[in-house]
Amino acid sequence: MSTQVLTYLFVGASFALYIGIAIWSKAQSTNDFYVAGKGVHPVANGMATAADWMSAASFLSMAGLIAFLGKDGSVYLMGWTGGYVLLALLLAPYLRKFGKFTVPDFIGERYYSKTARKLAVLCLIFISFTYIAGQMRGVGIVFSRFLEVDINTGVIVGMAIVFFYAVLGGMKGITYTQVAQYCVLIFAYLVPAIFISILMTGEVMPQVGFGSKLVDSDIYLLDKLDQVTKDLGFTAYTENVKSNIDIFCITAALMFGTAGLPHVIVRFFTVPNVGAARQSAGYALIFIALLYTTAPAVSAFARMNLIDSIQDQPYSSSPSWFKNWEEIGLIAWKDKNEDQKIQYSSGNALENIKPNYIEGKGSSGERMLANNPDLSNENEVYIDRDIIVLANPEIAQLPGWVIALVAAGGLAAALSTAAGLLLVISSSISHDLLKKTYMPQITEKQELRYARIAAAIAIGIAGIFGIYPPAFVAQVVAFAFGLAAATFFPALFLGIFYKRLNKEGAVIGMMAGLIFTATYIIYFKFINPTLNSDEYWLFGISPEGIGFLGMLLNLSLALILSSFYEPPPEEVIEMVDEIRRP
Amino acid sequence: MNNKNKKYWKSNLKIVFSLLIIWFVSSFGFGILFSDYLDQFQLGGFKLGFWFAQQGSIYVFVILIFLYVWLMKRLDKRLSEEEDK
Repeated sequence: MSTQVLTYLFVGASFALYIGIAIWSKAQSTNDFYVAGKGVHPVANGMATAADWMSAASFLSMAGLIAFLGKDGSVYLMGWTGGYVLLALLLAPYLRKFGKFTVPDFIGERYYSKTARKLAVLCLIFISFTYIAGQMRGVGIVFSRFLEVDINTGVIVGMAIVFFYAVLGGMKGITYTQVAQYCVLIFAYLVPAIFISILMTGEVMPQVGFGSKLVDSDIYLLDKLDQVTKDLGFTAYTENVKSNIDIFCITAALMFGTAGLPHVIVRFFTVPNVGAARQSAGYALIFIALLYTTAPAVSAFARMNLIDSIQDQPYSSSPSWFKNWEEIGLIAWKDKNEDQKIQYSSGNALENIKPNYIEGKGSSGERMLANNPDLSNENEVYIDRDIIVLANPEIAQLPGWVIALVAAGGLAAALSTAAGLLLVISSSISHDLLKKTYMPQITEKQELRYARIAAAIAIGIAGIFGIYPPAFVAQVVAFAFGLAAATFFPALFLGIFYKRLNKEGAVIGMMAGLIFTATYIIYFKFINPTLNSDEYWLFGISPEGIGFLGMLLNLSLALILSSFYEPPPEEVIEMVDEIRRP
Repeated sequence: MNNKNKKYWKSNLKIVFSLLIIWFVSSFGFGILFSDYLDQFQLGGFKLGFWFAQQGSIYVFVILIFLYVWLMKRLDKRLSEEEDK
């Protein structure tokens, strides 16, 4: 069977499974719809959290990013796992004890203020839509490359599936489909990684393999990689390029941002009790760590294989994956020295970086480009980092079914995260905005109907993002984490650990964190992108890491300002006492 | 808040605080601030600082959460025994 038929088979079977689960777990009440009836087993919730958390970015993009960033890529590995320690120790058990439906719910009640609740809903919607746009791009890439359908058709099929189980099943449907999606995605990630590890180092576990010697050689893989990257003019793979302060702040922003992301927090509302919430965070991190400790190995293998398989190859005899991805528009080659061979080294191949294809073929048969070559260096190859995980099995010449499996895994990762995000958007609208703020008279049945309508509209908007992807997707990822760190984390953390914090302190703190972080990112990413370098950054901190400063600003303002205003009312103090007990 | 609850909260804070110190040292310490220094030592084919940044810190995180689960379970049990008295 051809790879494409296998891909249709695998993707089709996984979609059928998700739909089956959705029908089996239809939501009956708002309790089912928002928090899956609070009856999810901690291990199942751990898996669902892992799938919810690991998005198209984790599955498709992260290993590729690390392959090109080398040691600097560690910020993603530590940042996106370390946040779970904060979540488990500082937030999840207490928020579960609080026992309501949404994150704005806690903020609204703890700070006895509708303004605080509305501000939280606003941040939540902004963060979640930013995040969804990225998932849709992932769905589009997988569909167009492996199923050879139009990106728009791909997005519509994906949306239809999510619509089915999110609108019908709510949190209950999402939880059990996410369990299935976790199994699909982790299997799809590990199988090729193990294959490649055995091929390259003879070790079964990729985590061990990438610290081992290459097959038939006496050289450690990482030493060889350091050597090769240095020879091509890059920084050695295991050395940092970024400054320590920037690495520190990016890691911190990602960690605190992770702990403050509403769609992750809300997963801990679905377990039966406080003990289960703690355990569940542990299981979630094990399931996540399985992928996150494999990813850097995949990165190192991919970087090595990539250089080996294209360096100094004549274009005419270059591997088929190189031409396939060129066809999709994610690889480009400009023969600067006109020797008809591919030379890959440090620096940008093209002026304006991204390829701009025009009709026609070059003398070797490559796609023609409108870009001028960037003559400041010898590099001839443009490679989009998002393709590394998808291309890796092909680069390593693995069998067709492995490639098909990876396509199904990528879709599982993107769809599971999109569904989780859609749910928190819809529940914050139907519960926090309608029921708790503007339409308190509605019955539970009506609220459930509004939740479904909100989910349907949110899916529609997400679909539009997928079909007309905003050009800024890659640039706004920093937003989601920076804003979650600068707004939600301090408000939730202090809400539990500092009783004296009143609504004035919390609201002003959140506003300050929001405005400071958003302004900094917008300034460097959109208004003045040419100044986006460490000479101009505040204390040498990049927009990716600025959320950490925003968080410190929020914390200190909240603490200082609270002492100028009246302490919170007695019933709020009692509520905090209550959530502190197990 | 009664005395038992105050005591419980204090022990809880102590546990959380000590675990967070380990959290900080293993990631921000070994993985970032002292990473270059640790790189002079080898762990198999890994430089030690690099290993902490890309592998070790994640293993420590997992262990920390389960340690927390176990310590808190013990603390909760002690609290409920005291309340039964």
